[in-house]
Amino acid sequence: MAGPVQSIERAAAILRLLAQGSGRLSLGEVAASLGLAKGTAHGILRTLQSVDFVEQDRATGKYQLGAALLHLGTSYLDINELRSRSINWTDALAARSGEAVRLGVPLEGKVLIVHHVFRPDDTFQTLDVGSLLPLHASALGKILLAFGATPLEPLMDPEPESYTRHTLVSRQQLNRALSEIREAGWAAAVQEMMIGEADIAAPVRGQGGLVVGAVGISGAVDRLCDSRGRPQAPLVGLTRDAARAISRDLGAARW
Amino acid sequence: MVERYVISIDQGTLSTRCILFDQQGRLVSVAQREHEQYYAKPGWAEHDPTEIWSHLRRTVVPRALEGAGVGPDRITAIGIANQRETTVVWDRRTGVPVCHAITWQDTRTSGYVERLRRTTGDDFFLERCGLSPTTYFSAPRLRWLFDHVEGLRARAERGEVLFGTMESWLIWNLTGGPDGGLHLTDATNASRTMLMNIRTLTWDDELLAYFDVPRAMLPEIRPSAECYGMARAPLPDVPICAALGDQQAALFGQTCFACGEAKCTYGTGSFLLLNTGTELVRSRHGLLTTVGYQIGDEPAVYALEGPIAVTGSLVQWFRDRLGMIHSAPEIETLARGVEDNGGCYIVPAFSGLFAPHWRSDARGVIVGLTSYITRGHLARAVLEATGWQTREVVDAMNADSPRPLRQLKVDGGMTSNNLLMQFLADVLDVPVVRPMVSETVSLGAAYAAGLVSGYWPDLEGLRRNWHRAAQWMPTMDPARREAEYENWRRAVERSLGWARP
Repeated sequence: MAGPVQSIERAAAILRLLAQGSGRLSLGEVAASLGLAKGTAHGILRTLQSVDFVEQDRATGKYQLGAALLHLGTSYLDINELRSRSINWTDALAARSGEAVRLGVPLEGKVLIVHHVFRPDDTFQTLDVGSLLPLHASALGKILLAFGATPLEPLMDPEPESYTRHTLVSRQQLNRALSEIREAGWAAAVQEMMIGEADIAAPVRGQGGLVVGAVGISGAVDRLCDSRGRPQAPLVGLTRDAARAISRDLGAARW
Repeated sequence: MVERYVISIDQGTLSTRCILFDQQGRLVSVAQREHEQYYAKPGWAEHDPTEIWSHLRRTVVPRALEGAGVGPDRITAIGIANQRETTVVWDRRTGVPVCHAITWQDTRTSGYVERLRRTTGDDFFLERCGLSPTTYFSAPRLRWLFDHVEGLRARAERGEVLFGTMESWLIWNLTGGPDGGLHLTDATNASRTMLMNIRTLTWDDELLAYFDVPRAMLPEIRPSAECYGMARAPLPDVPICAALGDQQAALFGQTCFACGEAKCTYGTGSFLLLNTGTELVRSRHGLLTTVGYQIGDEPAVYALEGPIAVTGSLVQWFRDRLGMIHSAPEIETLARGVEDNGGCYIVPAFSGLFAPHWRSDARGVIVGLTSYITRGHLARAVLEATGWQTREVVDAMNADSPRPLRQLKVDGGMTSNNLLMQFLADVLDVPVVRPMVSETVSLGAAYAAGLVSGYWPDLEGLRRNWHRAAQWMPTMDPARREAEYENWRRAVERSLGWARP
């Protein structure tokens, strides 16, 4: 196993330094306090600034802890910002797949729908934004569980609600499904919440690859799945493409 | 079969973007780059045309092609949409602009425009170009340049310098610049200069004489959709097939092809356009008459327009100047933290009020402040200002047009704000509909270009591409709507007459 990463140790030292004392330090003060070269300290401060862990005062140029550190446990991405950044790609996904598109984030043990694009057939539909889905019985929710955006444990005590005979409710079933989803990089829920309905989803990643939400299509099982009830490969591909495009927009470089 | 695409270039106020569309009108790839905003003096707003062209050529077009993984050989046509009225004057021989572009937001000509309205009156202009003088249009700016740039008028007379709005500047550069570049504009852009006769769609001799603009510097006026010529780098041998002002492009992209159809685009400012068919309607309620589009040799389609100066830019102000939020979409989060506006109203008359008031002496006001008001209430008031300003324009349209508006098609960045869209449906009392492609400006330019190149067969084919992505239905109690509207109107009254001439 490799030893500790030096730059991360140094970044941690800078954060501890800023958390002490007056909290506002110049580049020179940071470098001198830690015995670092100015260039090295500057590089680390810039990186910490780019992830909002450190803020720089515009007038004095001094550094302090960033607001994001205070909210480390909660979502760092505003949901309305997420919708705004996704809108072009969710529109394109709806247009290409011919199905309704939804974007979900975790909220208190549920999936909160933060964006909804109608199925492009011009029938009367109403906006689902603000509604909640169960984590364990929707593809959106299973993505959030599989990629650590929200924990599984609180759901299991007692066992979650069974909506249909296809709903996964036991710890063993869910753990196996989540591990398969992590492996595959996408999820489907076929008639797990309602008979005749299915959804397919993929992870939306922010900076550093952290999963901040899930995007997916939903509709009639006979359109989304083949005759054996397996999700149509082209639809899976379109969903994953859209998720990757949104992730790129959010600054997740490798996806 | 190898898939081909149409490329659109949207040269906007804040950025230049390039989008590739496929045959179903779906977005394939997008690239964009912001350019510098220059505010040298209060009321001034300029862009550097050289920077904009360089971004387009070096970054925006190459990245859009790269995003789709194709070369220029897979592009069937180029369509251009652009910020309107922004004035560029450049040297025909060197291609260098004589100064920065003076943008549509720039109010340096306000003194001159006031004098025009006082001495000549609106009717002279309305009769010829369909517009009453404001700082908005190009001709007063051109006149300002003659008065302030030494020797410019004489050089224009000799044909040494050329005038154009952004599409002219880009087309000239795309087709070779000093080396044989085509100097042309389209009827929609020309209709915003105050120099074109709105009936004949040609430069108007009386208006040219009035503003003292030499014909030699003007571009040729062409239809909005027609093959103008072949581009060179960065899109060699791709035909340029369309140019429209951005708002007219959005009307086209929303497929408002029938008389009575309207759209509103929510960007920095907001623009409501109503298709009035081939008939030219003159507004009695403060709206502008403008060319909607002209396809090939078909008769021009006209539109009534209600421009609102400050909508999205109020959110930007809230973010950048007041520092209340980190990003524009966060305003919805902040506004949802409270139940209502708490009695607070913001009239964002930063540089006067546009349609339907046209009061350059108005300035912004925040009214109804009490110790109860929080950031959340202010955020509500910011969003509601956009709703009420739209309502005022819709009221004016309904008064001018025989058929009242039955639904409003919306597009632009602010349509991702669900709170605002619901409020809009509530105050207008009609359904508000967002189409599947919210990039309607780019889509409209692409549609017009693809129609010319044969990529799309006809307008009906384009209509079939339009799909509803979201819809908001009115739910507000009528009594509350009336009471709130009344409060808004009282707030507007308080903004009037604040600026002294």
